[in-house]
Amino acid sequence: MQNRRDFLNMLCRGSILTGLAATTGILVYRSVKGGNCELGSSCTNCGKSDSCDLPEASLFRQTVWQLDPSKCIQCGRCAENCVMSPSAVKVTHVYAMCGYCDLCGGYLKPDTKNISTAAENQLCPTAAIKRKFVEDPFYQYTIDEPLCIGCAKCVKGCGAFGNGSLQLQVRHDRCVNCNECAIARDCPADAFSRVPANKPYLLQGIEAKPEERI
Amino acid sequence: MKKTLAIVFLVFLFAVQFMNSYAIQRFPKPEFESGYVQPETLLPNPRAEMLAILDIAVLIISLSVVSWLVIKKRNRNAVFWMSVFALAYFGFYREGCVCSIGSIQNVTLAIFDTSYLIPLSAIIFFMAPLVYTAFFGRTFCAAVCPFGAIQDLVAFSPQKLGSRLNAVLGVIPYIYLGLAVLYAATGTDFIICRYDPFVGIWRLDASFGMFIFGGILLVVGIFIARPYCRFLCPYGVLLNWTSRFSRKHITITPAECIQCRLCENSCPYDAIEMPVTTKNPEDKGTMARKLIFITILIPILMLAGGWVGSRLHEPLASVNAKVRLAKQILNPVTEKNQPETFEIEAFKSAGKQQSQAFAEASVVLHKFYIGSWILGGFIGLVFGGLIAGRMMTKHRTDYTPNKGTCLSCVRCVDYCPVKLPK
Repeated sequence: MQNRRDFLNMLCRGSILTGLAATTGILVYRSVKGGNCELGSSCTNCGKSDSCDLPEASLFRQTVWQLDPSKCIQCGRCAENCVMSPSAVKVTHVYAMCGYCDLCGGYLKPDTKNISTAAENQLCPTAAIKRKFVEDPFYQYTIDEPLCIGCAKCVKGCGAFGNGSLQLQVRHDRCVNCNECAIARDCPADAFSRVPANKPYLLQGIEAKPEERI
Repeated sequence: MKKTLAIVFLVFLFAVQFMNSYAIQRFPKPEFESGYVQPETLLPNPRAEMLAILDIAVLIISLSVVSWLVIKKRNRNAVFWMSVFALAYFGFYREGCVCSIGSIQNVTLAIFDTSYLIPLSAIIFFMAPLVYTAFFGRTFCAAVCPFGAIQDLVAFSPQKLGSRLNAVLGVIPYIYLGLAVLYAATGTDFIICRYDPFVGIWRLDASFGMFIFGGILLVVGIFIARPYCRFLCPYGVLLNWTSRFSRKHITITPAECIQCRLCENSCPYDAIEMPVTTKNPEDKGTMARKLIFITILIPILMLAGGWVGSRLHEPLASVNAKVRLAKQILNPVTEKNQPETFEIEAFKSAGKQQSQAFAEASVVLHKFYIGSWILGGFIGLVFGGLIAGRMMTKHRTDYTPNKGTCLSCVRCVDYCPVKLPK
């Protein structure tokens, strides 16, 4: 200790460090003890994380962004607002839910005269859905992912006329996991949330057992 | 009769349930006879969690190495190569997320919103640079932050700005920090991330406007070194104040200053304080009068700032999604043939009550009212501090780095002719 100035410096430094330590302590304490487990999008929402055995409740879980297809209204902003271009949100086909229809609401424009793969009949602006004959009268629809821009036109069509097997999802091979998702803050339906990185998808109907489907 | 009623009720229940379940399985999955195998839905995994630990390790090691290079080795070349590494790793490889500047908002949100679980990496990225700064000065700015690194690379011809301009522009980061905390605390937006000028360069992908903003900063940065760090960076405010009380700090000369003036123009950031030799030290009367003036001025400025801030709380809150929705419900688009906004459509399809939306919006508005009082008071305090700082004359005999604004880049050291005997 040389003089008064050094002493004051030390005092200020000490209080800054104490403040930082206290903040860290509070945040860590909250993560361990109190607080609600917001990550339980698939959990039963018990409310407390300290007595929870689920992997969602583990300390400081990394989270990723995902959108809930049940809230999505297919507004098309996912295609425009993502920091990536084309968007990291793309349509995901849950084959387990698909009806393999010939007259597919996700593939064909609603006012189409004849059912064919002609470009003018396709709903998708980038022709990212591939239609393949399986057996009469069923067709398989596959997403050509590099082409998909996430505009959700097919999702709207499939939800309106079909089974809803086409669902928008954040594709984690493309998502850079921004601190604040640029789509999430402009999503009108509040469908985006942080989900635990070990359960990064929120698809509907993919976990349904076969007997429950019909 | 009872039975029929019960059946009707049950049918009604099922109907409601069916309507709710959003078009699922209208057309049952066919039973294929040709032996068709249904393809699997491919779901790529996100980045492995272990790599977040790697980020933290790289941060801590970089901070330690740079602090050692700055304080012990005093080697500009080595610091330069560390900043190139930071640019490559935190910038281009990690694409700028998570960064210490943005982590202010994560920490704020975690403090105010108990349901937000903050990731460990965000806590460490916020805390570690501050702790290192408390001991060694702003070594984080020198060569760990990718923002600083990219601007440092283009600072070819830095010009002096003059202390007055520096002081006035230096107020902007405080306002930016205040706004960022307000918007993060109310859970509205992360504005630091939204207006991040360089993230588009890391990802080679951004909106046109943000590319222009980043480009302008880099072009300006040729003549005014590190414009973002000095006149925008909100994390720099925290580092500045921590660094003023740091235990150790880079010195221009390793021994005694010989007043040779060689280092005078070496600092690209105007962070070297010249010796001030006042011939007549101010008498006690003027000092006391100045002190009284400042102690009266600062509370007045804070109150005025708070009042102005509270008048502005509604425009400030109009960014919030809940407030925006309530406004749209109140003033629907009246023009015919105009489709309703997506917000209203989503609100209707979610089946919420209008009163609920209004209640949520008024809670947010109240938070903004309190927050904007505090924000305004804080800005008043900053201006008061600026005036006080300009009024006080400081005595200084040697050339020293300003501990607050010095970014520990070690450029000035090479200009000093004094060398320690080996």
